[in-house]
Amino acid sequence: MKRPIGPLLAVVLLLSACSPVDLNAPLPVYETGVDPEAWALVPAGEFLSGQHNDPVTIEYDYEIMVTDASVSQYVAFLNQALADGTLDIDGDQVVGFYPGDEFRAVKHEVEIAAADYLFVPLGDPASRFAFDGTAFSANPGYEAHPMTNVSWFGAWGYCGYNGYVLPSELEWEKAARGSTDDRPFPWGDEILRNNANFYASRDPFENMGSFGSRTSPVGFYNGQTYGGYATLDSASPYGLYDMAGNVWQWTGDAYEGQHYRYLRGGSKDTYEMDLRIWVRNNATPTYYSPGVGFRCARDP
Amino acid sequence: MQFVRDRLNYLFRSTKGLILVAVAMIALETAVFGMLSGPMAEFGVRDVVVRAMRMDLVQAEREGRIIILYHSIAMAVVAIESYMITGLLKMKEFYRAAVRVFITIGYLMAMIFGMGFAYWGHNWALHGLYIAGLTLIFFAGVLLAIALWPWNKEAYQLDDAYARTKRGVDMERVAFFATAVTTLISAGFGAIPGSFFGNGFEAFLAENIIRYPEKSTMEYSVIGHLHIMLALVAIMITLIIGRWLNFKGILHKIAMPLIILGTIVLNLGVWGVVTPLEPVAHMIIYVGATPAMLGALMLVIFGWQKLIREGVAGIQKPTFLQKLAALVRDPLKFGPLWQMVFMNFTVSGIGILMAVRLDEIFRLWPAREERIELTGHWHVLSAIIATIILLYYGDMIGLKGKIRTLYGWAIILLSDIAFASVTLFEMKRLFISEATQQPLVNTVMLLMDFGLGMLLVILAMVMVWRLADLFKKKGRWTEERGQDDLSAEVR
Repeated sequence: MKRPIGPLLAVVLLLSACSPVDLNAPLPVYETGVDPEAWALVPAGEFLSGQHNDPVTIEYDYEIMVTDASVSQYVAFLNQALADGTLDIDGDQVVGFYPGDEFRAVKHEVEIAAADYLFVPLGDPASRFAFDGTAFSANPGYEAHPMTNVSWFGAWGYCGYNGYVLPSELEWEKAARGSTDDRPFPWGDEILRNNANFYASRDPFENMGSFGSRTSPVGFYNGQTYGGYATLDSASPYGLYDMAGNVWQWTGDAYEGQHYRYLRGGSKDTYEMDLRIWVRNNATPTYYSPGVGFRCARDP
Repeated sequence: MQFVRDRLNYLFRSTKGLILVAVAMIALETAVFGMLSGPMAEFGVRDVVVRAMRMDLVQAEREGRIIILYHSIAMAVVAIESYMITGLLKMKEFYRAAVRVFITIGYLMAMIFGMGFAYWGHNWALHGLYIAGLTLIFFAGVLLAIALWPWNKEAYQLDDAYARTKRGVDMERVAFFATAVTTLISAGFGAIPGSFFGNGFEAFLAENIIRYPEKSTMEYSVIGHLHIMLALVAIMITLIIGRWLNFKGILHKIAMPLIILGTIVLNLGVWGVVTPLEPVAHMIIYVGATPAMLGALMLVIFGWQKLIREGVAGIQKPTFLQKLAALVRDPLKFGPLWQMVFMNFTVSGIGILMAVRLDEIFRLWPAREERIELTGHWHVLSAIIATIILLYYGDMIGLKGKIRTLYGWAIILLSDIAFASVTLFEMKRLFISEATQQPLVNTVMLLMDFGLGMLLVILAMVMVWRLADLFKKKGRWTEERGQDDLSAEVR
């Protein structure tokens, strides 16, 4: 008897495409030893910007967070800002005030008027924090992971609340590249799988057969070996971690004639080409994703 | 020595030999360089290939590499179309020979030296030879346009079954001519900014600057160039398929003016992006694309009617199923027309949806998602054109019986599985979140790779067969050596 192997295979394949994903699958927990509260000084001076190495000078010193803002840090902000009335709960969103941008009605530009905007969504299964109606908490195991599912407004709000700012694209780029050469990655010229968390990089947090990539704890790629998984020390010349991969990082620039905000660094969900220092991504400022986070900058 | 001379004569002096060489070069390039990205990189195949072939892949040069890769494949496709046109249409022997000589040398130089420059270190001598190759192709295009001049009385259409003017000017030839001339002009829209950015060595991919509100004239030119060149290659293959299927009758008479008008207006719209007309350029492009696509629809209707008519000949009152069976009986004839229809679901439809709902849907997504749509969209169009060429090529090399059926259906089904999967992948954000997409991504990736991988395997089998055939004293190549005139095979 002929067996309908072809159609059967097709059905199995289609069913596998629709199989549910366990977003709370067990997570390995590792201590990286990198302090998310640490800051690195970036001195004033020239560096090579962009793919084509244009010399650019930043004429002031600044400090930038050594790691992405972590879930713990952001949760602390949410609790404090909610308590003092800086933030509000509006349905299934945490919202905060943004004073707006100048609107020039350029083609495709969307007006960002002064108003309350989404900082983080509530109840999104991909978020790594929880809200019990009164207080926020980090999901167990994710405390030291980068804060994700945070909009540009949410990143801007966190930095501003603490007296910091989001780094400009140029500040971000200099912090990633240093000022001595034209390296494409924060650590040098080549990328290996254990340099960073990127798509199918086979790190201990991913399962490409099920939930795909997940974030790694901030500062994970520091040369340590975790449960048999050896990482390479992938700090930038100024000692910053995760400037390539893990999560895209919001930057602070609001450009004339566009509402988009720019992201840098690539993420756990992108191929390594997007981890190159000069690569830009952008999105509407209300966009949030499990692959998007941020870090802040400040005056020294 | 005679052995080699005979084979080289076939490969480089006959229509079918020249097409075989170009198909083989594309197959080889696709097989090798396809291993450097996507899932092949994920599986670690890329690293092995890079090491084994001693490639020199500098991160900052990736965009430039890709641009040369696209161009070298595209040039071979343009060469194939030129061989087909010079084999199908009446023209002076001098022009036929000259076009073939220049375009063959040109695309081989562009492909070999361009890829050498791009992937094995920046040797500027190779870059010079690459540019020289592109220049020869352009020159061949000028000769082709001259050869296609439709107001030459010798080229007049005497048969009233075909679209012609009262004086007898062959409207189909005008369509070929218009497409060739606009292709030459549009090539300039790439060549000029190519020189500008290339000399400054600042290569970029158009999809990476698409959201910038202010683009320079040169950047607009690059965006216009890549769109129009692919559209023109598609229009040219539509005309070629029409000639192969002996497109004629009332539909031909309607279609040809539509294609001529559509091609010219489409080009005017694209050229307009570098002028003050930029704000309305897209509208002009839509106005041009519509009649061009309607013309292609006429060809599909004509071709399918013809296939049905021929397939049910002898049956007095054919049923719907009998007509359907007749339509799909010969995949090599049905396939090119079907691919033109399928293109609407995977290319045109997606493009229109994106244009109509750009700000409401697609610009709410990050730029990298939009990049996936843009690149997926035109990769599919390129690949559809390639499958149409392969289907015609299957007929050209005389595939018969079961092999013909298997080859034809394999190309149609495998490519369409891959294209449908690409389309699902591009549009996935419409129906699935980032956090839960992995199983769907895995499945569509698997289907894409399966479809395209198997397609390449089939192509490799055909190429191996053709290679083995070359070693036979009286192989298929000896027959093809005498089949220079493709119009003799038009039925």
